[in-house]
Amino acid sequence: MAPDSSAAVAPARPPAARPPSNAMKRFARRRSTIAFLMTLPLISVIAGLVAWPASYAIYLATLNRRMTAFIGLENFDILLDNETFRAVIWQSCFFAITAVLLKALIGFWLAHMLHHLPTKGQRKWRGMLLVPWVIPPALSTLGWWWMFDPSYSSINYLLNAIGGPSIPWLGSPWWARISVIIVNVWYGAPFFMIMYLAALKSVPEQLYEAAAIDGASGWQGLRHITLPMMQNIISITVLFSLIVTFANYDIVRVLTNGGPRDLTQVFASYAFQVGVLSGNIPRGAAVSLFMFPLLAFIAYFVLKGVNQRNKEMA
Amino acid sequence: MSAASMVPGLGRRVGSLRSERRWALITAYVSLIIAAIVMLAPPLYMLLTSLKTSAEIADLGGNPWLIRTPTLENYTALLGNEMFRGFFINSILVTVMVVIVTMVISVLAAFALARMKFWGSQVLATGVFLTYLVPDTLLFIPLYQIVGGLGLLNSIWGLVLVYPTLTVPFCTWIMIGYFASIPKELDEAALIDGANWMQMLTRIFIPVALPGIIAATIFAFTVSWAAFVYPTAFITQPDSMPLTIGVVSQLIRGDTFAWGQLMAGALLAALPPVIVYAFLMDYYIAGLTAGATKG
Amino acid sequence: MAQVTLRKIIKEYEGGVQAVKGIDLDIADHEFVVLVGPSGCGKSTTLRMIAGLEEITSGEIDIGGAVVNDVPPRDRDIAMVFQNYALYPHMSVYENMAFGLMLRKFPKEEIRRRVENAAKILDIGMLLDRKPKALSGGQRQRVAMGRAIVRDPKVFLFDEPLSNLDAKLRVQMRTEIKKVHQTVRTTTVYVTHDQVEAMTLADRVVVMNHGVIEQVGPPQELYHHPRTRFVAGFIGSPAMNFIPATVEARSGGLVLRLPQGIELAVPAARVAKYQAYAGKQVTFGIRPEHLTDTQHVSKADIAIFNAAPEVVEPMGMETLAHIRMEGAEICARLDPTVPAAPGVPMPLAADMGNMHLIDDATGLVI
Ligand SMILES: Nc1ncnc2c1ncn2[C@@H]1O[C@H](COP(=O)(O)OP(=O)(O)OP(=O)(O)O)[C@@H](O)[C@H]1O
Ligand SMILES: [Mg+2]
Repeated sequence: MAPDSSAAVAPARPPAARPPSNAMKRFARRRSTIAFLMTLPLISVIAGLVAWPASYAIYLATLNRRMTAFIGLENFDILLDNETFRAVIWQSCFFAITAVLLKALIGFWLAHMLHHLPTKGQRKWRGMLLVPWVIPPALSTLGWWWMFDPSYSSINYLLNAIGGPSIPWLGSPWWARISVIIVNVWYGAPFFMIMYLAALKSVPEQLYEAAAIDGASGWQGLRHITLPMMQNIISITVLFSLIVTFANYDIVRVLTNGGPRDLTQVFASYAFQVGVLSGNIPRGAAVSLFMFPLLAFIAYFVLKGVNQRNKEMA
Repeated sequence: MSAASMVPGLGRRVGSLRSERRWALITAYVSLIIAAIVMLAPPLYMLLTSLKTSAEIADLGGNPWLIRTPTLENYTALLGNEMFRGFFINSILVTVMVVIVTMVISVLAAFALARMKFWGSQVLATGVFLTYLVPDTLLFIPLYQIVGGLGLLNSIWGLVLVYPTLTVPFCTWIMIGYFASIPKELDEAALIDGANWMQMLTRIFIPVALPGIIAATIFAFTVSWAAFVYPTAFITQPDSMPLTIGVVSQLIRGDTFAWGQLMAGALLAALPPVIVYAFLMDYYIAGLTAGATKG
Repeated sequence: MAQVTLRKIIKEYEGGVQAVKGIDLDIADHEFVVLVGPSGCGKSTTLRMIAGLEEITSGEIDIGGAVVNDVPPRDRDIAMVFQNYALYPHMSVYENMAFGLMLRKFPKEEIRRRVENAAKILDIGMLLDRKPKALSGGQRQRVAMGRAIVRDPKVFLFDEPLSNLDAKLRVQMRTEIKKVHQTVRTTTVYVTHDQVEAMTLADRVVVMNHGVIEQVGPPQELYHHPRTRFVAGFIGSPAMNFIPATVEARSGGLVLRLPQGIELAVPAARVAKYQAYAGKQVTFGIRPEHLTDTQHVSKADIAIFNAAPEVVEPMGMETLAHIRMEGAEICARLDPTVPAAPGVPMPLAADMGNMHLIDDATGLVI
């Protein structure tokens, strides 16, 4: 017997001298204490850098411009009366919904096409197609900005070469909106593709074989097997992407900076403009808080999925 | 259906199956080639521009997709530019510190949440997830006030303070997933072998979940490197700027943009995440997908 | 080495499930004790309480003379082998075995000596540099045992260590475990749901059911003198036949009246024991090997009756005949040379010297 291991055994206690439940409680409490200490940094981040600022934002939004007086919901009132801000709401929703829809469709299509390839070739293609996601979007948008340049646009050069007209990409409101969406889709579609590809790979091949034997065509296989099996991942990816797209800042800031005439402003860029650049912090906070209802709505759906997972984990 | 009527049907099916397969493959390759062209054209065009002289860029006569006199002058000019080197150093400092802080916080917390059931652990796990859903664009105005109150505006320390809101929730979340997939018997065996909680974490969980740790580290790295909202809001002085905002705000000067240098700067700034991606693609993708497939 | 004592052990999980309902058990030094019982009866829970992996709701566990209720697993000086082996996947076989010793700060040479010694006992010397992934099921099993042996603990705990192996390997590893125990003589508690494993390995078998101990004893004793109907039915394969019966007094002796008018005489030696049950409804228990064809019996206390098998299963060394009776399905083991066919009545001999009677009210063997 190891000398030090026998020494480590706790000295014999007189049996039942102490009610065993006490000792056990102490044991459990000790574990809880360690666990609490281990999660303390996380709790500080969540509480100090997310929960506290979020509630602070609500407080800020009720102050006047110089932050000297409480003015209730006046900031929200003013915003809703404001033509520009109503356009921002509209543009944010239009931008997020269109972009996410396109990303989801293109991503799904590409994932499907990739899935058809022999496994060896997939890696190479996947590697190439994910590049837009890897480059920090603020930087790649600079490249797009240059490609959209009114006089030097290399895209217009190609359009002209095939006999098309030159497009005022960032000059006219509608083309500017479309440009923002194009860049966002270019950046985000690969992400959808990767998520869907992972989901596609998790559908067992036998299911398709069974369906084929049952007489299902390719489309029926997609409709009755692929889509239902991927439903979870599709909805989660779409919800996440909605949040991220809705809250997007980089692309608008670099590409149009809100212009022309504030018509491409989204919540984030408008909040920045009002809150930081124009120095009306409470109004800016109020703008960004308009994102909250949608976030809460999405969070509700995602949470249901999370609780499911927590149950499985327990 | 009788066997006799099935056989000819089967025969026809086999023939059409082959051509169906071929068409599917052709569609796939055509789609992927188009997609690859679209996906790679912008970075390619950035590269082309960065290799041109200002004169060539300004010349409207030729095909902008071709280079006539390639030059590295934009790159040498940038690398000789002290301010640009400063951006790089700031980005590296901030990213390294944020990655370390993030990994320490999330590995410790994920271990406790995955393995040591304690009062409130469920609530906390849900809280991590909710935090993950709160975007930086909702937080930057109150954080602007808070960071300002701490006197950390225009300091990289302000960024080190707030970047964890971008990285910690997701990294904790995927580490919980990786840790939870380790069989329970493994920690029981370690417990019996004499390990305490800390040894169990460092000797068993971290090595076994190493792929997850690498994936989370890559995630934290790319997110901190690409962060844009916070530095744009909190940093206005060039000498504290990280690359993203530095390139976007400082390399654009006046009306005549130095497009060549701007593109070279953007590409150089994008290089570290691209390199990481090129060498650790599988971990990179594992990290991306783990968040959803495990959730 | 040490003895293990359980005193009135109760385990209640959160949510009120009582998995173990008051167990008393004394395990002697060097003893090999097997806990056996159907799935969910609380075997693993009991073992894990001995290991310190589950908290004890009430009662007392004593290892080597010290109460260990609130001693953490690492200080209990026990070693455990898990069903899925729980080898550390990132460590080599050598490191897996050395891990526990390393944490206890043993000197390097001592660790090497112990690991090599254990490797020799288990014949895994050539695997020491491999990772668990590169091992077969049987080899992993050996490494898991090696990890326990090197620790030289007071007690070995095994939780269904063989259930992940295929049938052939299971038999082989069973012998291996027995051999190891004969070499190292460490007190062992072994959990299984396989009664053959229990019978072959154990010095004493503990039969559990629904969180309580039904019976404790050496394998032969459980087999020949089960105390309860549960033990009688659980131990032995094919299982003991149970037939509803009435005890009737007949000219100074007793007979059992079975369904379909069958009457079997109770041996004279048992009459006194069963006298009190005359006229009462009981369950008659007899093992298939004591229910044979009439051509190969020559003992006293034989009762013969006729029955028609429903299914006949030739096994090679014997033939099993399944007979449907009112209220029971019974099985007889016949000599393979005896002609037996489904539906054809044949005479069967019951060895009444090995009969059991069970009191239906208490479930106890009379
Ligand atoms: N963590 C737990 N929480 C609640 N109930 C539990 C828990 N673990 C086990 N049980 C319950 O306790 C009872 C005994 O479980 P135990 O694992 O000891 O059974 P077992 O005899 O080992 O069975 P098996 O042969 O299937 O392994 C079961 O009814 C089980 O459902
Ligand atoms: Mg069990």
